[in-house]
Amino acid sequence: MSTVVLLLFTGLGLGALYFLVAAGLSLIYGLMGVLNFAHGAFLTLGAFTGWEIARRTGADSWWTFLLSLLVGAVAGAVFAAFTEFVLIRRLYRRHIEQVLITVGLSLAAVALFDGIWGTDAVFIQGPAWFKETTEILGARIPNDRFICIIAAVLVLLALVFFLKNTRYGMIIRAGVENRSMVTALGIDVRKAFTLVFTIGGAAAGLGGVLASHYFGYVSPLLGGSLLIFAFIVTVIGGLGSLTGAAIAAVAVAVLQQFANFYLGGTGDFVVVLALALVLLFRPSGLLGRTS
Amino acid sequence: MTTETDATDTQETPDKTPDPAGSPRRRAVNDGGRPPLHLTRGRMVGAAAGIAGIVLLILLPLLNLSLPGVLPGPTYTPGSLQLLAMCMLMAAAALTYHLLLGVAGLLSFGHALYFGAGVYGLGIILQNLDIPLLPAMGLTLLVVIVLAHVVGSISLRVSGIPFAMVTLAFAQAGSVVVGRNPEGATGGDEGLTLRTDNLPDFLVGVVNTRNLYWLALAVLVAVFIIVTWVQSSRAGHVAAAVRENELRVRVLGLQPYLVKLLIFVVSAVLVSIIGMVFLLLQSGAVPRAVSADLTITLLVMVVLGGVGSRWGAVIGGVFYTILDQRLTALANSDAIDALPDVLRVPLSEPLFILGTLFILVVLFLPGGLTGTAQRLAQRRSRRGADRVQKSREILEEAA
Repeated sequence: MSTVVLLLFTGLGLGALYFLVAAGLSLIYGLMGVLNFAHGAFLTLGAFTGWEIARRTGADSWWTFLLSLLVGAVAGAVFAAFTEFVLIRRLYRRHIEQVLITVGLSLAAVALFDGIWGTDAVFIQGPAWFKETTEILGARIPNDRFICIIAAVLVLLALVFFLKNTRYGMIIRAGVENRSMVTALGIDVRKAFTLVFTIGGAAAGLGGVLASHYFGYVSPLLGGSLLIFAFIVTVIGGLGSLTGAAIAAVAVAVLQQFANFYLGGTGDFVVVLALALVLLFRPSGLLGRTS
Repeated sequence: MTTETDATDTQETPDKTPDPAGSPRRRAVNDGGRPPLHLTRGRMVGAAAGIAGIVLLILLPLLNLSLPGVLPGPTYTPGSLQLLAMCMLMAAAALTYHLLLGVAGLLSFGHALYFGAGVYGLGIILQNLDIPLLPAMGLTLLVVIVLAHVVGSISLRVSGIPFAMVTLAFAQAGSVVVGRNPEGATGGDEGLTLRTDNLPDFLVGVVNTRNLYWLALAVLVAVFIIVTWVQSSRAGHVAAAVRENELRVRVLGLQPYLVKLLIFVVSAVLVSIIGMVFLLLQSGAVPRAVSADLTITLLVMVVLGGVGSRWGAVIGGVFYTILDQRLTALANSDAIDALPDVLRVPLSEPLFILGTLFILVVLFLPGGLTGTAQRLAQRRSRRGADRVQKSREILEEAA
């Protein structure tokens, strides 16, 4: 029983990270039709800047941790906004070329991180509480899992509130449904593009700082490895659906953890298998619109 | 059913004519219907230049030519031949990617899976079974054919961007297998060293690099011919038509799914053969051969050269490989080491420069190197502009 609870919470923690990456990917794809390969680079930048802040201000206090979260999210947001504004916008409606730009950007960015911070993984320190465990139903669960879960839930709630109750949120939702109609009504959708990129980048940057605590290290390849699972999550959840991304993130991560433990480290295969099954029986994803 | 009847009486038998989608087919009809008239002077010169180029490349290991700044030494030295052979294999791999993206409009991010299957498949078979090279290659090919059918038939249920994501996921699964090192078969991060016991002697050792060079050249020429043939075959025309308008092809009673699967499998099989030669050339397998980075490299090559152009893929592959090699040499040079940090850090990362170059090409040279060259060479005629336009269209249709 305790093993099951432990796996469940570890899976939820990992699912929280997947969600933070997949939320931005899914919104960006839903609104703009761009598959953003540079999303992993946003995450890595967030992780590295968060680590730099923590390192320079004393690694073990809560204030430092919160500051690193904030700085990581801002770094990711600024990088993402820059990407949209300078690179993506020039290729309006040329989806594949936009994808190619993000591919080139992620190559260049990861190489640059390599050059600045080195290719080796950097091990990080957090508040002392992170290293302790909390006992739930007999399972001793590392505390950093809870932080990831809480952060992801807060981000989900904030995004849902933003999308449902604000003017720009409404424009984004309408844009996902039917972009040309929104444009025809005289609303400049391009502002929404920058906004969605910024939000996605912030979520990824936040995810980067949390991922560095979850895995215990930062490396230039951190973003790339999470990005692939985030792709799988967005396809399974249904492209453009935030709720779908949340459900799929949790399902994929929990499935992965259980398969890793009970089926001898085959978590990654089970996930790809799940993807294949979803595609065979429901090509548009769990909550995707059927086209 | 034949091309001639298509051209003459399309109106009489509309239900029988398998005209997949107007323009590419009709162009094909014109090409096929009057072949003698189309052997223009330009084409003859082109063919002659091609043959002369191949003869020069065949003779290269016997010559003493130096290209300072491009090759590490004279052309007969193993180092230069190794680099040239690598250029040819990469150019051939880029050609197979062209078959996917440029012909069928399939943006795959999982092409490395089949390259890696060739590399690791042959490596593992040679390691564990006592059979000669050719049967081992045949066995690997069989595995790749099955793999390509399974993965292709699942991924092709979606198209466009989702297809890209799904192929990436499958390739990642392959990459994970290699990294996990099941029962010591793949060697994990260390890679696999080629066991040479059952290889013919003329392919083993640094002395025989020129034999491997000739082999790589043969592979490139063969892949170029096969890709040209597939592209101008009925299946190739249907694939191009599917790229332009899938619905119309379906209305005409053809099955886009099967044609796309065929192109997918052919491309996978070809790239796996290139992977096998890559294994012989490198005398070993490294995890990079099956990583997403390799697919992205192929994509970069095709886009650099010009999407939709066979020569573009070849030029892109050669250009990228040489640039990558030169930039790595540059990164380790003293001149770079002496620069201040702000310049030293970016310049010592070849991938940073290549990534930036790639972004600039996508932004400012939409037809890639070949499109731009044609545009510059033929300002008066409209062919260059057409090339750029065609590249753009192919990219849009892939979405």
